[in-house]
Amino acid sequence: MLSLSQLPVYTDAEISKINDPDLEQKLLEMGCTPGEIISVVRKAPFKGPIAIMVSSYMLSIRFSDACKIDVNIKNGS
Amino acid sequence: MEASKLNIVLAGNPNSGKTTLFNALTGLKQKVGNYPGITVEKKVADVDIVGHNVRIIDVPGIYSLYSKSIDEKVAQSIICDKFQDDYADVVVVVADASNLRRSIFLLTQIIDLKIPVVLALNMIDIASKKGIILDVNKLSFELGIEIIAINARKARGLLKLKDAIIRTISNQSDNYKTILDVNKVFGKIILEVNQIRGIQNDYASFLSLCGYDMGNTIEQKVKISVLSKDNELIVDRLQAKETVRRYKNIDIIISKSTKIVEVAGKYRVTEIIDKILMHPFFGYLIFLSILFLMFQAVFQWSSLPMDVIDGLFTKLSLWTASAIPQGILNDLLVNGVLAGIGGIVIFIPQIAFLFAFIVFLEDTGYMARVSFITDRFLKQVGLNGRSVIPLLSGVACAVPAIMSARTISNWKERLITIMVTPLMSCSARLPVYTLIISLIIPVDVYYGIFNLQGLVLMLFYILGFLAAIIIAFLLKFIIKSKERSFFVMEMPSYKIPDWKTVIYTIFEKVKIFLFDAGKIIIAISIILWFLSSYGPGEKFKQIEDKWQDKEFAQENIASEKLEYSYAGLIGKVIEPAIKPLGFDWKIGISLITSFAAREVFVGTMSTIYSVGDDDIVSIRERLRRERNKETGEPFFTTAVGISLMLFYAFAMQCMTTVAVVYRETNSIKWPLLQFLYLTVLAYLSSFIAFQLLS
Repeated sequence: MLSLSQLPVYTDAEISKINDPDLEQKLLEMGCTPGEIISVVRKAPFKGPIAIMVSSYMLSIRFSDACKIDVNIKNGS
Repeated sequence: MEASKLNIVLAGNPNSGKTTLFNALTGLKQKVGNYPGITVEKKVADVDIVGHNVRIIDVPGIYSLYSKSIDEKVAQSIICDKFQDDYADVVVVVADASNLRRSIFLLTQIIDLKIPVVLALNMIDIASKKGIILDVNKLSFELGIEIIAINARKARGLLKLKDAIIRTISNQSDNYKTILDVNKVFGKIILEVNQIRGIQNDYASFLSLCGYDMGNTIEQKVKISVLSKDNELIVDRLQAKETVRRYKNIDIIISKSTKIVEVAGKYRVTEIIDKILMHPFFGYLIFLSILFLMFQAVFQWSSLPMDVIDGLFTKLSLWTASAIPQGILNDLLVNGVLAGIGGIVIFIPQIAFLFAFIVFLEDTGYMARVSFITDRFLKQVGLNGRSVIPLLSGVACAVPAIMSARTISNWKERLITIMVTPLMSCSARLPVYTLIISLIIPVDVYYGIFNLQGLVLMLFYILGFLAAIIIAFLLKFIIKSKERSFFVMEMPSYKIPDWKTVIYTIFEKVKIFLFDAGKIIIAISIILWFLSSYGPGEKFKQIEDKWQDKEFAQENIASEKLEYSYAGLIGKVIEPAIKPLGFDWKIGISLITSFAAREVFVGTMSTIYSVGDDDIVSIRERLRRERNKETGEPFFTTAVGISLMLFYAFAMQCMTTVAVVYRETNSIKWPLLQFLYLTVLAYLSSFIAFQLLS
C-alpha cells in the first residue's frame, strides 16, 4: 500500500481508499471508485499537480491531494 | 402556445461536445443571457423540430447531479426542480463514447429520477480508435432509453436525434428502468421521504435527503432534515456509498454492451503532445513563446481594421455634423454619442483577435495544460490553475474576463481572481501607453531587434501581471475562507477546434464587451460631454466674443471653453491633489474623463491642447511643445510620462468593470475595496516614480 503521490509514473495501481471526504466525493463522481485502475502519467515540477489516467481519461489533482489517496500496485505490471 | 412550449435541456459532462451539439441544433437562433438573480450564463434557442416548436436550453457542464458550484446548481435545478420555468420536458444527455463510464453516471441519475431522457452518443469514432467497440442496441436495452449515435461536429445523426426527442416526449410511459434501487440500498428511510414529499420517486427522495434542491417546499425541507438528524445520517457517507454502488451497476451494464479490442500500434497522439507541452521545462518555454506570438499577431492584425473603423467614424462624425443643424443636438450627437460609440467599436478588432486566440487554445485542450503547469505557482498566491483564462482574457477586456472566473468553484480563489484581473493591461490602456511612450521614449534600436519603445510597452504589460500576482498574494491573507480548494480538472484529449464553436464564443465575448461596457461608456460619454460643454456663468459667451474673427478660432474656443467648463473646474479643484504626481489641471481633466474608459484620455488631451484632430502624431507634437509655466522647461518630462503611465496601469478607470464586479460578487464591498486599493496603488506608484525621477 502506498499513496498515489508515491506511485511511479506509468505504473498501474488500484485505488484502495481516499482519506478525505470532500476530495472523495469529487473524485468518486468522476469515476475514481475503489478498485479502479489508475496510473500517473505526468507530474508538474516542484510538487505541482499530478496528471492521472483513470477509466481511460486524464485527470489532474494536486500533489497534496494525491497524498491522501491510497493505492495498491497491480501485480504483473 | 408560449406556455406549452416544450423544454429540451441539453446536459452532459464538460468536453462532451454538448456546446457543439447545441450550436449544430440551433445555429444563429441562440440567445445568451443570465439566469435571473445569479450570474450563470443561460443559452436558449427557440427552434422548430419535426413540426414542434421547442425551446432548447444548454446548461453548464456537470459530472453528476451532486452540484457544488453555482454553475452546477443551475444545471441540477433545471433538471430536478419541477417548479423551475425551464424545467425539462425531456433531457438530452450528451456523452463522450470514449469516456462512457464517467459520461453515463449523470445519465443513470436522470433515468432514476424517471425523467424522459435521450442519450446522444458522441465521439464513437474516437472510442473505436481507442479499441472500444460499442453495441448501441444492447446499451439502449440495458438503460431502457433511446440512444442516438451522433457526430456533433459534422452535424451527423441530428435528424434521428430530433425524431427520438419527439418520440420520447409523446410516448411517455411509466416503464422506466431503475439503474440503482436506492430503496434496496438505504431501506425504509427513502419511503419516509417519499411520504413527506407526497411523490413516489425514490431517487428524488434520496437526493432530497442529501440536501439537494428538488423543488421541495420549506416545510418538506424541514421535515426531511429533521428525519435526517433523527437517523444520524451523514450526507457525505450516504452520497459516497450511493456513488460507489451506482458505478458498480454501470460497470455491469458497460461490460455487457462493450467489447475492448487491442488496437495495433496503440500510440496516443495526446500523450506524445503532452510530453512536450507539459514538460517541466519546455512546457513553460512553449507557453511563453505562444503568448509572445499571440501579442505580436494581435497587434499586427488588428491595426488595419482599427484604422478602417477609425476612418469610418471620422466620416460619420463629419457627415452628422454637417447634416444636422448646428446647435446642442448636433454637438451632443457628434461629441457625446458618436464619440462614445466610436471609442467602443474601435476596440472590437483587438478584443476579437485576442479572444480568438484564447478560445482556440481552450478548444484544442491546451488551456487545461496551461492550468496544469501553472497551478503550483498560482496556488501559492491564492489563485488556481483555472485563473489562467480570466487573467489572460484580462489583456483583452476585464469585463468578459471577470465573468469567465465563474468556472473556479472555490469562492476565495474566484474572488481573488476577480479582484486582480483589472491589473492586467487591457486593450483600452494601449492607446494611452502608445501616446506617452512615443512622447518620452526615444526610438532607439538595440542589437538590431530590440526597439526601446516596444520594450517599455512590454515592461508595462509585465508590470501589470506582477502587480496582479503580488496583490493576489496579499489578498490571500486578508480574505478568510474555510472552503477547501481543489484542482480536480479533466485534461481533455487534444483535438482540432470546432470552428463554429470558436466563432460563436468570440461573438459572445465581443457582445459582452459591446453591450455591457458599451452601455456604461455611452452613458458616461454623454455626462462628460455635458460637463465639458457647459460651464457656470457668462464665461462661455465671453470666450466666443473674444475669439471672434481671429485665426484658429475654433480650436482656441474649444480649448478655452474646456478650461472654464465644469470638467475644467473639477480639473483645477483636484490639481493640488495630483500635483505631487507631476500632473496639472489639464491632465486632471483627462483623468476624470477617463472614468468612462481609459482611451478617452487621448481624445480629451487633443481637445484640451486644441489640436483639432486626435491623430497621435499631431497630439504628440503639440504635447512636446508644452512648457512648464514655472520653469519654462518642457512639461512632458520622462518623470511626468512614467508617472502618468503608472497611474493608468493601476487606477480603476473603468466603470463597467466596477459594475461587473458588483454583479459577480453580489456585494458592494468587493468593488469598493477594489476601487480603493487600485486608486491607492496608482497614486502611490505615480507619486514615488515622479518624486524619484524628477
